[in-house]
Order: sequence, then structure tokens, then C-alpha cells
Amino acid sequence: MLRVLDRRVLPTFPVALLPLLALAFTALPACSKKPSSDGAPAPSAAAPPPLAADSKAAGPLKIAFAYVGPVGDAGWTFAHDKARKEAEAMFAGKVKTSFVENVPEAADAERVIRDMVDQGNTLIFGTTFGYMEPMLKVASDNPNVHFEHATGYKTAANLRTYDSRTYEGAYLAGVVAGSMTKSKTLGVVGSIPIPEVIRNIDSFTLGAQSMNPDIKTKVVWVGKWFDPPKEGEAAQALLDQGADVLMQNTDSSAVLQTAEKAGKFAFGWDSDMTKFGPHAHLASAVINWAPYYQKAIKDALDGSWKMGQTWWGVKDGAIDLVAISDKVPAATKAKIEELKKGLKDGSFTIWKGPIKDQSGKEVLKADEKGEDKMLLGINFYVKGVEGKLPSGK
Amino acid sequence: MNELLALFASSIDSGTPLLLAALGLIINERSGVINLGAEGLMLIAAITGFATALATKNDAVALLAGAAAAALFAAFFGFLVIWLNANQYATGLALSLFGSGFSAFVGIRYTQESLAVASHHGLPGLSRLPVLGTALFSHHYIVYVAVLLVAGLSWFLFRSKSGLVLRAVGESPESAQALGYRVRLIRLAAVVIGGALVGLAGAYVSVVSTPLWVEGMIAGKGWIALALTTFATWRPARALLGAYLFGGVTMLQLHLQGRGVNLPVELLTALPYLATIVVLVLISQNPRWIAANMPTSLGKPFYPGA
Repeated sequence: MLRVLDRRVLPTFPVALLPLLALAFTALPACSKKPSSDGAPAPSAAAPPPLAADSKAAGPLKIAFAYVGPVGDAGWTFAHDKARKEAEAMFAGKVKTSFVENVPEAADAERVIRDMVDQGNTLIFGTTFGYMEPMLKVASDNPNVHFEHATGYKTAANLRTYDSRTYEGAYLAGVVAGSMTKSKTLGVVGSIPIPEVIRNIDSFTLGAQSMNPDIKTKVVWVGKWFDPPKEGEAAQALLDQGADVLMQNTDSSAVLQTAEKAGKFAFGWDSDMTKFGPHAHLASAVINWAPYYQKAIKDALDGSWKMGQTWWGVKDGAIDLVAISDKVPAATKAKIEELKKGLKDGSFTIWKGPIKDQSGKEVLKADEKGEDKMLLGINFYVKGVEGKLPSGK
Repeated sequence: MNELLALFASSIDSGTPLLLAALGLIINERSGVINLGAEGLMLIAAITGFATALATKNDAVALLAGAAAAALFAAFFGFLVIWLNANQYATGLALSLFGSGFSAFVGIRYTQESLAVASHHGLPGLSRLPVLGTALFSHHYIVYVAVLLVAGLSWFLFRSKSGLVLRAVGESPESAQALGYRVRLIRLAAVVIGGALVGLAGAYVSVVSTPLWVEGMIAGKGWIALALTTFATWRPARALLGAYLFGGVTMLQLHLQGRGVNLPVELLTALPYLATIVVLVLISQNPRWIAANMPTSLGKPFYPGA
């Protein structure tokens, strides 16, 4: 992983910073807020590491993003990076953003995030669930830096969380899938069995069942967020078992490509993936992180940053189902528009009873709405999803 | 029944890159050279093949380009270990590490690209047969090329004179030299041709089975192919069985999940590697098995002047 970092970090920061550095050093005493490692093991306590010195002095707010995959994954990380660029353009001159991609959800993450602090970033985004503990640690050592963690649930005074209601997109995709399946069997390639992914599988199934209550969903877990060859093989296994519309909660376009090869249907996830399988592609459930990134940066710039937990969906422009294929019947398209409208004005709720779990036990009574707290911790399949949840979670 | 046939068909698809790479490595090792750089060669071929496919829109050219790139790096490896007598194991490991870094470096700009996916393969006519059509005759043509190569290589190794010479070079290079054969050139040819097959396997992964480029996408297939050569006791037909079996294990665990069999994902994912270890242990139990088949000079340097 070292190799990855060296290659990626160096081109992001280097040469352009050198003149800034010199300037920053002269201005250093004027620094009101020391952006660097307060509690972190710095080589010398007297002088902060030179790279850390430039941030406040030179003006623009330095913002760093840690990505779990490559910006070219055409999915999850791609969506984050698109929003980062939009935010940078919107606050042109006032902020300077940088990113490190392919940061593993392990010990390396902490080191990368510490590096970001040392390099003078004062607003740091971590864009995957697995950065939760590392970010908590670094946040407690650096009270003057603001941390934003995507999809997590732990917070601190200077660490808040944000997430998108991806399950709304999954539900809408499910409605489309329900209108397109002939075998009444859908397939989902899952990554890691955490509540977020289970919620998406359930919502996808609920959406499909709103069109036809007999629809079943098969699930294959690959144990990773990004492993295209394996995702493709998992998709093939689902097709072999009779699924004719696939969805994935992994980060690449391999599932869509596999469906394309087999002449079946699939969806884009996180980003518009039409070009990866023009015939198989039914629609893409996309996340638009831009509204949140713009809000977070604005908060940091005008000093109104407060701890909190944000969970935005269709209503806030964070989730959408786009690029719906011509193969999808007009009635279904109209229904999607209606559902989106309902989600926006609050007249429609996805998690509203009666909803039964796999065993037939009623988890939501008629007209009972699923609270966010229940949704965030969801650990069961709804009725119609086949197979057992992998143990442990 | 249909599902079993489908499982069989996708096991063949999944086993084909393993088979091609294992055949290449068998050629290498029969000549007495062990190339632990297979993983790196496959990665180099995968990025070369993908980039070529993107530029030419022609899969066949892309596969050949991948094979050629791997052959080139294999030739360099061959020069180091055959002429300079560098340690084969260390040099192979270095090639593997180099290949993964180099392919990642070259591949940065390709991570966002995608190839148009061909929606149907298969042998004309035969693929429309009921039942067997899907299971046997609707694969990419490389799958059949690999099967033909098994037959061809078996014939070459055990029925042809050149094959006998190749095996002699791997068993006792001194005797082969005494008979007037140019041991170093023969070994180099074996390394280059074997490297090309390993490359074909790598390019197949990025051009045909998952038409994407992702850093490290070979994901251990090169290492499994190396284990396969031992598993197959350096015989092409057994390599075919082993490759399809490993492909089958990979696909079976995904199928079991789809059927709702509750096994831990992590363990299932590790199955092919566990199978490799079990097989290695089993055949190592019987020294005669290995001794009867393993090229005697495998991994040993040869000094023609000595």
C-alpha cells in the first residue's frame, strides 16, 4: 500500500506547494490557529512540520478527502470526487482541496488521515464506513480540525457524520426491476453485510414487490467493496440461478457488464453507468454528494460548523434515479416520478408497515413508519429475500 | 439440472485463465526454469491487452498484444536466469512485484475506461443445441483455444521429438548439451513461449471476462496457476482438470450463497487457496509421485562450460 500512497499523494501536493511554503514560513508567527498535530507524535514540538505551516497563512481553507477506492471506479468514489470538484469550483479561491485514493479500511487509514492533518488540512472528509475508528482517534488528537465521516455512526465534538439515503434509490430501482423481471427472481451482489447494504437489499426487494408481491431476491456477498472480477463472477452465479434483473451494492460496473454479456438487465449504482452496458442498463441509482459538501464547506468557512448527523435523500437532492432506459414502460417511469415527488413532499414513505421479515414476523405494523434509528441498525432480510444473512452481523 | 449446467459452464469460464497460465508454466518448468513471476506477467498482459483493446476495438489483437508484452518481459527474465544464472526463485519474485507495480503505474489513466461488451459468444450452430449448447458450446473462443492447446501440448511433450528434447533439457541439461543441443536457447524459447501463454491468460481476464482495468485485478490467479503445475504433476491434461476444478470451487461458493446456504463468506472466498494447499500437501506425501514427474533440474542453473 505504501507504493500506492507514494504514487498518489506526491503528485497531488508537491511542486505547486513549494513557493507557498516559503511564503507561509515568513507568515507563521501570525497564525492564529495552529492547524497541525496538537497531540500527534510530531518530530519536534517547537516547530510544526514545515508542510503544515502554509494553510492558514496563505488563505484558502485546505480540505482533504480520503477515498476507499480509485477515483476512476465509476461508482462510489467517482461520485464523491465529482462532488469535491464541484465544491472546489463553487468556492473558487477560498478553498483548496486534495485527495488520497485507495486508502484501505485498516491501520493505513489512520496514517493517511494524520498525514492530511500534518499537511495543514483543517476540514477532512473520510468517505467510507471503515474509517470510523481511525477518524475518531485522529479527531481526538486534533481538536482544531473538523472531521466529516461518511456512513458512520460515532461522533465527537469535531467529528460529525453524513450519509445518503441510498435505500431510496434502491427502492426506486426495485420498482423498475419489478416491472421488468420475467422470472420474478432478482439478484443482488452485496459487498459487506453491514446495515447500509442490508437496508438497500431490503428496499430494492420492497420496491419490486410493490409491482408484484411474488418477486424473490437472491443475494451473493463478495466480501469487498471493489473487486470487479469477483463481482462479475457473483453476477454470473445469480444469472445461472435464474435471476434476470441484477442490482449491486459494490463499487464497480462489473455486474452491469456481466448482465450485458448475458443479455439480461442490471442497474448502475452510485454513478450513471449507462456506457458500461447500454443494453442491460435499466437506470442508475445515483448519489449526489455536492449539496452536502457545499454545506459542510460553507459551515467551516463561516465558522458555523457544529457537530451533527446528516442523512439526506431524494428530498434534499442527494439521491436520484437517473438515465432510465427506453425499455422501461412509460407507466413505470410515471410511477417513479410520482414516488420521487412523494418522497420530496413527505407524502410517501418507503419503510411503512405492514412489513414482514424473512421468517414472516411483522417488523412494522400497518401504517407504522420505520424510524431512522431502526433503519440505521437494520439486520434482517424482508420477506422475499432468499438465503440467510451471513452470521456475525 | 439447468443450474448445474450453468455452474459447469461458468466454472469453465472461470478456470480458463488458470488453465492457459498453467500450460505456459508447464512449458517453462519442463525445460527446467521456474518462473514465479507469473502473477506479474499476467498483470502486465492485462493492462497491455486492455489498452490495446481500447485503442483498436479488436479483442484478438488485444489478446495477442497482451501475450507479446508478457513474452517480452519473460525474455528479459530468461536472459537473467539462463545467461546470467541469477537465482530463479528470487528473480521470479522480483518480476512478480515489478509487474504488479508497473501495471498499476501504466494503468492509472485506464481505470475509468470501459470496453464495449460482446453480448454473445459461441460456436455457430452448436451453441443452439439444447442443454449441451449452453454448457459446452457458448463460450468465448479462447476457451476452445485453451482446450486445443492442452491436446497440442500433450502431443508435443510426449509424442514429438522436439518435446523429448525439451524434457531432456529440463531433466539433464548436461546430457542434452553432450548430444549437441543448445540448452540455453531451448530454455529461452520455452520461457518466452510459456510467458506468452501466461500473458494470454492475463489479457483474457481484462479483455474478455471482466472488460475493465483495475489495479491488481489478477488477484492471485498467477499463484494458483503455479500451484496448478505441481497439482497437475506437469501434465497438460491434468492441468485442465485442475483448472476447471479450481474454477468450479470459485463458482460453487457463489452458487451456494445464492441458494442461501449459510457459510461464512470469508471462508468461502478462501476455498480455492485452501484447496491448493491441501492438494500440495497430499501429493507431497508421496515422493515417488513428484519424483516421477518433476523435471529433475527444475530451478537449477546450468553452466555450459562446466
